[in-house]
Amino acid sequence: MSNNSAVIFRNVSKHFNDSIAVNKINFEVKSGQLVTLLGPSGCGKTTTLRMVAGLELPTEGQIIIGDEDVSTVYAAGRSVGMVFQSYALFPHMTVIQNICFGLSDKSKDKEETLDKAHKALQTVGLKNLDNRYPSELSGGQQQRVAIARSIVTNPKVLLFDEPLSNLDAKLRRQVREDIRDLQKELGVTSIYVTHDQEEALAISDEIIVMKDGEINQKGSPKSLYQFPENPFVAQFIGEANKVPGILRKVSSDQFHGVAFMVGEHTAFTYKKQKSKEEIDKNSHAFIRPNAITFLPEASTEKNSFTSKILSAVYMGSFVEYRISAPWGGELFMIDYSFNPVSKVGSHVHACIDARGVSVVQ
Amino acid sequence: MSRFTQYLIILTICAGLLLPWYRIEDGFWAFQWLGLGLFNHEDFASLLFQIAFFEKPWLLMVLLPICAALVQLQFFSGNSRSIAHYQIVCGLCGLLIIILQSFLVGDFGVNFVFAESLLSEDAFQVGLGLGAVVFIFIYLLLIAHGMALRGFMKGDVFAVSCLIVIIFLVAVFVFFPVFKILVRAFWSLETGYSLSIFMERFASHNIWGQACFAENGICGVAWSTVFLAIMTGLSTTILGLAFALIVTRTGFRFKGALRIFSVLPMITPPFVVGMALILLVGSSGVVTQMINTVFDVELGGWIYGFWGLWLAQTLSYTPIAFLVLIGVVEGVSPSMEEASQTLGANSWKTFTSVTLPLMRPGLANAFLLGFVESMADLGNALVLGGDYQVLSAQIFYSVAGASADEGKAASLAITLLIFTLSAFFVQKKWVGNKKYTTVTGKGDGGIYGQLPKPIKWASYYSAIPWAIFTAVVYGMIVLGGFVETWGINNTLTFSHYIDAFKIEFINNNVVATGIAWDSFFITMLLALIAMPLTSCMGLLTGYLLSRVDFPGKSYFEFSTMLSFAIPGIVIGVSYIVAFNQAPIDLTFTAIILVLCFVFRNMSVSVRSGIASLSQLDPGLDEASVTLGSQGFRTIRKVILPLIKPAVTASMVYSFIRSITSISAVIFLVSADYNLASAYIIGLVEQNQFGVSIAYSTFLIVVMGLTVLLMQYLIGNRAVFLRNKNK
Repeated sequence: MSNNSAVIFRNVSKHFNDSIAVNKINFEVKSGQLVTLLGPSGCGKTTTLRMVAGLELPTEGQIIIGDEDVSTVYAAGRSVGMVFQSYALFPHMTVIQNICFGLSDKSKDKEETLDKAHKALQTVGLKNLDNRYPSELSGGQQQRVAIARSIVTNPKVLLFDEPLSNLDAKLRRQVREDIRDLQKELGVTSIYVTHDQEEALAISDEIIVMKDGEINQKGSPKSLYQFPENPFVAQFIGEANKVPGILRKVSSDQFHGVAFMVGEHTAFTYKKQKSKEEIDKNSHAFIRPNAITFLPEASTEKNSFTSKILSAVYMGSFVEYRISAPWGGELFMIDYSFNPVSKVGSHVHACIDARGVSVVQ
Repeated sequence: MSRFTQYLIILTICAGLLLPWYRIEDGFWAFQWLGLGLFNHEDFASLLFQIAFFEKPWLLMVLLPICAALVQLQFFSGNSRSIAHYQIVCGLCGLLIIILQSFLVGDFGVNFVFAESLLSEDAFQVGLGLGAVVFIFIYLLLIAHGMALRGFMKGDVFAVSCLIVIIFLVAVFVFFPVFKILVRAFWSLETGYSLSIFMERFASHNIWGQACFAENGICGVAWSTVFLAIMTGLSTTILGLAFALIVTRTGFRFKGALRIFSVLPMITPPFVVGMALILLVGSSGVVTQMINTVFDVELGGWIYGFWGLWLAQTLSYTPIAFLVLIGVVEGVSPSMEEASQTLGANSWKTFTSVTLPLMRPGLANAFLLGFVESMADLGNALVLGGDYQVLSAQIFYSVAGASADEGKAASLAITLLIFTLSAFFVQKKWVGNKKYTTVTGKGDGGIYGQLPKPIKWASYYSAIPWAIFTAVVYGMIVLGGFVETWGINNTLTFSHYIDAFKIEFINNNVVATGIAWDSFFITMLLALIAMPLTSCMGLLTGYLLSRVDFPGKSYFEFSTMLSFAIPGIVIGVSYIVAFNQAPIDLTFTAIILVLCFVFRNMSVSVRSGIASLSQLDPGLDEASVTLGSQGFRTIRKVILPLIKPAVTASMVYSFIRSITSISAVIFLVSADYNLASAYIIGLVEQNQFGVSIAYSTFLIVVMGLTVLLMQYLIGNRAVFLRNKNK
């Protein structure tokens, strides 16, 4: 088997009757990487995944898996494994029959088939469940069987369609890590679809953010969170306060840098200008809720302001506040400290950490 | 050489050399044609030898497209799109040539003037045979293969082939006959085709006359049919609702008995209720005689006419309304009623302003069902109709009567078709879209509220006596078979059963000499042959409709459902009009009966296929496909095992419906292939009541056992479903 199993999309579009599900997208998933397609429902991410699988063919454009152009090849002819949202385990077959389903035509040797199946089961950490039916397994076990079934054929690409959505919150974190470990161990190129940004951040080498059938931004989890290129990404990945204003150059004796002005107010300043930020243009600042912190007392420090608590919600490990912004409006912030919860209506001092802010046109 | 090419070559050789091109007059299964006859006998010869030896040069055309296609498959390769187009064109040409040539030259020579100069004067051909059928199949496959190559239906050759073949079959065996009968209504021997002859027939006083509105005249048959259908629709809906309310909303103790009641119409041949009513309240019926002696009045034959028909149809079709309305009543979510009650409405107000309005579309649906059933009912109309004229019986008499008039039958059939199709449209477009009830099957907790007292007692007082009456009627059926001559000589006897089902030992051989055996065995045989075909066609159609996306899907669904809306008698008449001459000559064969069964009963299988597939996660098919299985393997390995209960159910329904059908087959039976239902009607007409009732009872018992067997088979679900609701 050639080691190249990169997936390349070139100007791929998919139309359903009159509606355009996916519009001229381009991306490459490098061999052995795990890439997440992230976006709200209806953004075309599942359609994109199904085009990789061959369950849909592109209306136009080119799909390349490994060294082969598979644009007109249907699912049965592609070497892909897919883990479905519902797992899609065949309810009338036992675990072992499910796993052998994809093998039985390819190898005639029964022993060998069973061997492969057991190896796959071992890889996902399941034992002694060979003759159970899917309905007799727990959700987590079903998930593992589904994964074993998709890797047993040794596919070039492994596809995950929101695989965690049927699991409860606690199990999710664990299975998520298991999937990531397994993927690294096998070194198989993987594409993962989710609408949960936290999941995407946790699992991916690279994230492709989609909206309305187009790719909005792609990059590593860190770069997407820190340097969103547009308001959509800024708000979709992590929460953020959206503040309209203008970025102005500031130079005085002590300080050279930029200031984000909301009307007459200076919301915050910072020294080094980040790339792609334009001076003197209407733009938006996205302030992460954890970039706002309380100060013990009034301070002349940069970016600090006095404010009033509008609401406070105690969440255990943190407290969520809505506080008034000096330029009017309100800000949402999260306080991770162990300080006592501030009363609604009381006056507080706070400041904005410019590292948790991104400015987008 | 690709596998597809190999298959094509094998099929072509078989069809061209080894199978008779024309139909075999003395029966295909006699295999007289097998042997040298294929080469040197005009009746048996295959395509190639028909061309070579028997002066049928035009048949050469049939071979051209397949040769062209094979040459291309073998020697040329190019971009797949142009290959696909080429194949589609070849296939379409082949199909068109076969169809055109078969209409061009008929039993009695060339059919069209322009062709007379081209062909020899004595050119003629009989109906198409197996060879031709295989050739049609080859061309359909070629079209399907080309379309799949173009990416139609995701390139699934199997699915495209199924679609193409089903469309072709439905076109030939549903639309073509109906089209033929439409045309037939415009034609008469004297005038040929003309609009005026149709108008004369269609607008006739006998059909649309309105004399009854004015004075004491008699209305046209259309009006009397509609009136009866509306009355039957109303009575079955009201009674069905009463039963449904009792079963779902009260603590009534004998619900199980009422469930049995719902199976009865399925296993009862349609005319049996009418016969039982005659035994009960006919001129020499039990009740009639009793009243005559006690009150000294002559009741006479009031049962023969509107009242009897209405009574018989209400008896026959109330259980159907009941079955439909159980679903409707259960579909009204209890939380709606609870919401109403917490808002302060009492049970009466809740029922009238929440429950009843929510059920309205369901009630309309039940009414339309009763309406259509009544319209299509031939059995009771023949047995009880008397002077009251209805369309179905009129069609029957205008074909089978002394003055056989196919043209009149055709225009009557069109009238009937207009009514049932309108009901079908109303049901599809209006009622179908107005479902308020939940159909998810998810219970949302909550307990049904109490029925208001008046409704509860009204239901009890109407449904329970009716159930008892039904039981008495069925009791009559059983009893009737054991009575010498009903009302005249009431001694008990087995003679009817012996007449019907005698088995004798003659020369150490067991010989079934009873008069019923012949038709019984033929019925069983044909119903058994039709059974797998029907459910195969139906379930495949259901699969295509629920799983595969393709343009024109809604039309496809509509056309497969249409056969359900066409009354049996119309199908019957249209089959004898359409299939009694070349190119499709099936008169007096078993095939025509089987075909009739298949296309009459297919829609039930389609429905059950769609219903069970819609409960199946489409991810399962897709999982199978991503694991490398093509369309057919997915169906065989994944889908079929999962919808086994639906398969069993659709097989049994098609079997039973084949046995009980009368209106569609009554014209299609022949001396060699007589069916039980038609035979019994014949006995009734000869006034052999005892034997016919005995035979009917026997059929009911046989079908009842079949239903029990089915429930046993479906009840034994496979292991994997054991904790489905974990």
